[in-house]
Amino acid sequence: MANDVAVKSFYQESTNKYSGILSWLLTKDHKRIGLMYMIAILAFFVVGVIIGLLMRLELIAPGRTIMDAQTYNTLFTLHGVIMIFLFIIPGLPAIFGNFFLPIQIGARDVAFPRLNLLSWYIYIIGAILVLVSLFLPGGPIDTGWTFYIPYSVRSTTNVSMALFAAFVLGFSSILTGLNFITTVHRLRAPGMGFFKMPLFVWATYATAWIQILATPVIALTILLVILERTFGVGIFDPALGGDPILFQHMFWIYSHPAVYIMILPAMGVVSEIIPTFSRRTIFGYKAIAMSSLAIAFVGYLVWAHHMFSSGMSDTARWIFSLLTFIVALPSGVKIFNWVATMYKGSIDPQTPFLWVMNFIFLFSIGGLTGLVLGSLATDIHLTDTYFVVAHFHYVMFGGTGTIFFAALHYWFPKMFGKMYNKKFANIAVVAYFIGFNMLYFPKFIMGYMGMPRRYYDYLPQFTIYQEISTIGSWILSGTIFFIIGYLIHALKYGKKATSNPWGGVTLEWHIPSPPPLENFETIPIVTHEPYDFSQLKEMKDE
Amino acid sequence: MSVDNKQHIGYGTYILVWLALLAFTSITVTIAGVSLGRYTLFIALSIAAIKSALVINIFMHIRFDEPIFKTFLAISGATLLIIFLLTFFDYIYR
Repeated sequence: MANDVAVKSFYQESTNKYSGILSWLLTKDHKRIGLMYMIAILAFFVVGVIIGLLMRLELIAPGRTIMDAQTYNTLFTLHGVIMIFLFIIPGLPAIFGNFFLPIQIGARDVAFPRLNLLSWYIYIIGAILVLVSLFLPGGPIDTGWTFYIPYSVRSTTNVSMALFAAFVLGFSSILTGLNFITTVHRLRAPGMGFFKMPLFVWATYATAWIQILATPVIALTILLVILERTFGVGIFDPALGGDPILFQHMFWIYSHPAVYIMILPAMGVVSEIIPTFSRRTIFGYKAIAMSSLAIAFVGYLVWAHHMFSSGMSDTARWIFSLLTFIVALPSGVKIFNWVATMYKGSIDPQTPFLWVMNFIFLFSIGGLTGLVLGSLATDIHLTDTYFVVAHFHYVMFGGTGTIFFAALHYWFPKMFGKMYNKKFANIAVVAYFIGFNMLYFPKFIMGYMGMPRRYYDYLPQFTIYQEISTIGSWILSGTIFFIIGYLIHALKYGKKATSNPWGGVTLEWHIPSPPPLENFETIPIVTHEPYDFSQLKEMKDE
Repeated sequence: MSVDNKQHIGYGTYILVWLALLAFTSITVTIAGVSLGRYTLFIALSIAAIKSALVINIFMHIRFDEPIFKTFLAISGATLLIIFLLTFFDYIYR
């Protein structure tokens, strides 16, 4: 195990005979693949942020500001497609899951390293297809990221190409899930039973099941839409004898569980950070682990709460409303257990912990407003308004996006062997909180007042809220660029990080920073519970 | 993992299953043109289920595999069944 002895890191040793860029592009090392995902995903995230900024700038005043209506339609579609399919779905599992899941279970790599690299290439091919769809004749897709029928069958933009890109990206997700499930079942270190696994592993494992079981449904749906567009087969379009509500069912049978693909790994990261900075074992370990599986399961049963105003049957509406309230229970189990972990803990409010506090606040608002939308009566009033936009940004960005930054700050020293400027990092947490709430909270008010989502223009009474929101977007995006800036600076000029800068006890903190090629000199024998802080002394002695 | 699947399944079985799949496909195509009213969907789904069972058990060798794979498959099948049931709460009561 042990620490600061001179061991070659995975940056210095490669799994192949090549050096330079080829040693990365042909690597089978899960850590390098995780970093390759990080570079690609962050690049698309930045593009998504810039598109969001442009949209907000257009909305700073009523009427035309910087673009026409069609451009606005394509931009909100691209913003959605990029943020959902290229950033937030793969973000945490592909980057941090790839990097840390094998280490946390005491393995040298994932079960199928070549398949892992193939997943990355498939992700890149899918992303390239999205880009190609922008420039082909017909122009960028303008349907919104939900591709609702009948418009997506009739739109003359490059819908089929963009859909095919989503189809390809889905395979990357399925293969990653397959790899993680096999890795967890087959490669755990001696002594590491299922109930000794860190909770990030549990969360990623539950996510992998959703990736495998739900993603094929969207693949099938996408193929059917392409068939309908290409050959005029009447499946969804009512003009061809199809059923548009069937499309919504099939789309959300995937896309709602996909919400949990996005949020479950984030919850896993929270379960890592809170014990580490509270110096206390996690409260309700088994309850949190089981709640991940419960969320993964119940998450399959609630999809039609996106469709309350679609025209489906009243019976289905109340059943799905009821099921929606049930899914709040396992999420509540997690929140209460996290808070109970902090109770009487010896809290050390370092940057990753502050990010988690940000998360709990923002995600709670997102979750609770989800209950407002899950209630039939209030949903009718709020459907397709800014309230929905605010809700899912609080859940997705306030939840998963915030934890993306938490994970980045928590594991950065381990991944790169460097420490960032903590003062800058703490300033970023506060600025992020202010910018985020300025950007998204006015949308709750506008939505309640009746401002429809995806509209290019608005009535004058919304102006003040739109202005606050746009100014918030400047603060938030400025903060994001600031974070990226000081992290890149730290890569070059940051102080060398020790192997365990936060006093964590899961297996990644037992090995050097950055880790060696195959993680462990000898495969560890696990004797402790995952959050048993009594091992800290032993670790120091080592 | 089952390494010795070959000893369980002969070529004859594979060909028989293949012929059965072709037969079921023919039935599916045929009944698509016959008006069976409310039973159309039920029959189509039943045939699809039988075909899946044949492919999964014989071609994918699940029948001869470890219990954990059967468990995984059962979970997947149950999830699919629940999704079907919930969808029908819309279609039946619409």
